[in-house]
Amino acid sequence: MRRTSRTATVIAPIVLGVVVLALWQACVVLFKVKPYVLPSPSSIGEQFGRAFDAVWAGILVTGGNALIGLVIGAVAGILAAVIAALVRPVDELSRPIVAAAAVVPIVALSPVLYTMFGSDVQTGRQLIAALAVFVPVYLNTLRGLRQVRPVHRDLMRAYAATPWQATRAVTLPGALPFLFTGLRIASSLAVISALIAEYFGGPADGLGRSITSAAAYSNYALAYAFVLGSIILGLVFYCITLAMERLATRHSRSPS
Amino acid sequence: MSDAVRVSGVSKLFGTERKGTVAALDGIELTVAPGEFVSLIGPSGCGKSTLLRLIADLDQPTSGTVSVFGKTARQARIDQDYGIAFQQAGLLPWRTVGGNVELPLELHGVGGPARRRRTAELLDLVGLSDFADRYPDQLSGGMQQRVAIARALAESPELLLMDEPFGALDEMTRERMQNELVSICAETGAAVVFVTHSIPEAVFLSDRVAVMSPRPGRIRTILPVRLGSAGDRDEDLRETGEFFAAVSAVREALHGMPAGDGLRGLDLR
Amino acid sequence: MRRARPAVLGVAGVLLLALLWEGYKAVGPAGGVVVNGLTVLPRTSDLAMPHLWTMLARLGEPVTASGDGTPLWLAVVRASAFTLGLSALGWLLGVVVGMLLAMLMQRLRTAESALLPWIVLSQTVPLIALAPLVAGLGAQLRLGDLRWEPWMSVVVIASYLAFFPVSVGALRGLESPERAHVELMRSYAVGWWKTFFRLRLPASVPYLLPALRLAAANAVIGTVVAEVSIGLRGGVGRMMLEYASAASGDPGKPWGPIFGAVVIGLVAAGVVALIGIALRGYRRAEVTA
Repeated sequence: MRRTSRTATVIAPIVLGVVVLALWQACVVLFKVKPYVLPSPSSIGEQFGRAFDAVWAGILVTGGNALIGLVIGAVAGILAAVIAALVRPVDELSRPIVAAAAVVPIVALSPVLYTMFGSDVQTGRQLIAALAVFVPVYLNTLRGLRQVRPVHRDLMRAYAATPWQATRAVTLPGALPFLFTGLRIASSLAVISALIAEYFGGPADGLGRSITSAAAYSNYALAYAFVLGSIILGLVFYCITLAMERLATRHSRSPS
Repeated sequence: MSDAVRVSGVSKLFGTERKGTVAALDGIELTVAPGEFVSLIGPSGCGKSTLLRLIADLDQPTSGTVSVFGKTARQARIDQDYGIAFQQAGLLPWRTVGGNVELPLELHGVGGPARRRRTAELLDLVGLSDFADRYPDQLSGGMQQRVAIARALAESPELLLMDEPFGALDEMTRERMQNELVSICAETGAAVVFVTHSIPEAVFLSDRVAVMSPRPGRIRTILPVRLGSAGDRDEDLRETGEFFAAVSAVREALHGMPAGDGLRGLDLR
Repeated sequence: MRRARPAVLGVAGVLLLALLWEGYKAVGPAGGVVVNGLTVLPRTSDLAMPHLWTMLARLGEPVTASGDGTPLWLAVVRASAFTLGLSALGWLLGVVVGMLLAMLMQRLRTAESALLPWIVLSQTVPLIALAPLVAGLGAQLRLGDLRWEPWMSVVVIASYLAFFPVSVGALRGLESPERAHVELMRSYAVGWWKTFFRLRLPASVPYLLPALRLAAANAVIGTVVAEVSIGLRGGVGRMMLEYASAASGDPGKPWGPIFGAVVIGLVAAGVVALIGIALRGYRRAEVTA
């Protein structure tokens, strides 16, 4: 294992970030780079402040879609995983489909979802996010439900525990960390998918739409401000689910 | 009072696609009297863990019978007549130490206050009362095993089945655990079937040592080694002449196994 | 017979999905299931949810009534090949950059401390949001006679979606050899490069393959989305947008490019799977992403 001092691990990325920002600002100013090529960090920050209300509105829309998609996809994924863990044929049948869903661009379904649910509502975007969330949550939860350590399995048998008792005492708590890992992975996918879905149509709100229209009007600093908003949104989702995952797995890492 | 364990004419065959049939056990005859401590010792592959699993009804014999307190192994398991400790402590990482010891009591419908009382008793017995609210990942290997033993004793079973419970511990901790186990068995008066690959451990703990040989797994011989009553056995015992003599006797019994196999997995000292 | 089982199950699964689609279409209400003003289940009219056979039949018909008569499926295949080509380029670029970064981070601990957090974080934020801006940036670049073509923007976007999982996976893989093995190499007085090729790279295969698969999927998504936001003609992304507006009269049309996109994803995954088979000697302990 490589040993790095704790301060180095924390300081190094911060230093890098500051250096990059400073270089960026310097280059833009020194080389008189036009804003339509690359705006300076300061102008982006300024635009962000000025357009904050619009950015916030976009965050609420895209974030709301991502959240709804996350909830729907997670619930569906967990239920499906439970069924697949109990009913072998379901698992076998769904395996190729889920594997395919993991590699095909789900966002490609956006246009038809807008047709099916209407392009004046957010439902299509929420469903895209839900589909993207379903796959990692399903796969991770299923893996968690399947892995029971043999010694725990023997223990339950030695106690003549009923299947339900064994599930409650060993399988479910053991699967929980896997579930939360799946949620953490899914949270970023939810935001990304909700945003990409906006590129394919639907109502004229959301961060993705705002970025495209700002770029179309050559207001690049504003476009970057919306990008900054979407980065913040992604980070918030990630950090919350990361915290939930850490909380759920704090005692489960030990080989006991 | 019927025997604690009676194994009669038991064989266990495992079939794999690649290796064909493996005779893990063949023609096993073993009787354990109530309150008796019997060790199973032998090189890797002699079937000692398999035999223990058959007694625990974690597996079924291919032929022969296993009876525990006069009942079938299955019935004994359903009636929860034994407590079991595995080589890995097998503690549930999401439960506290107290929660782990309570587990069998919980599963078998013992009420809250009674559970807590019994758990406190047991933790006191193994010297871990201060750790009731800790989690397994905060404990050392030795402590985890003590919790596992406390858990095995939770329902005051008259038979304890232990599969190399001290195998993963260092030598000093191991000897300490052996001392503790001897005193616990003296107090509870339970019969014990103890799997080990350490000759000194078997000799220190047991009333009788069953020496097993591999391929197919058979009991070669059973040696009486009772070195004083359980209450008399303490650290100094390991230095006495009788102890060394008994260790030599067991070692002798283990020798004369087919030379090609060697005595893999044995602590010969 | 056993080898065919996954294929048989796959087909069975697809058939089940098809049954679900037609089944819902048959029993579902025409206006969809509306709860509190929200359309919870889709409309089942032939315009909103065309029959599967309509979609398939449409593939055989010409793209436009007034065009040159190219059947839809051919147009989709051409566009898919175009998009697949761009994805492949993006993937390759992303893999190369990702591997180089991983090697740098493995070699220099400070590089790892400084870069890795940013890389991990960037996997969680929608950098795809930058797609429209990259095109604008690219349009300004000129190197002598070489001008920046719009397709290059697409490749760049695809590659930076692809390189993040590769750098993380490759780093984990390069750092995965057991300490005993690393010290063995050191005892042979072997330098960093030899150790890299003889030990770290082979040891990293089980970690690299899932990362390559993820990178391929990301590259495809990146290419399709970039095509849409840049408006690049010739690819499946732009085609999807164009045909979507025709949906009101021609419900089967938008499904053509969707099938194309699905096939692209499967082909990309298939290629990575083939790489995995080629490297199966190094995969003794498979690690999931």
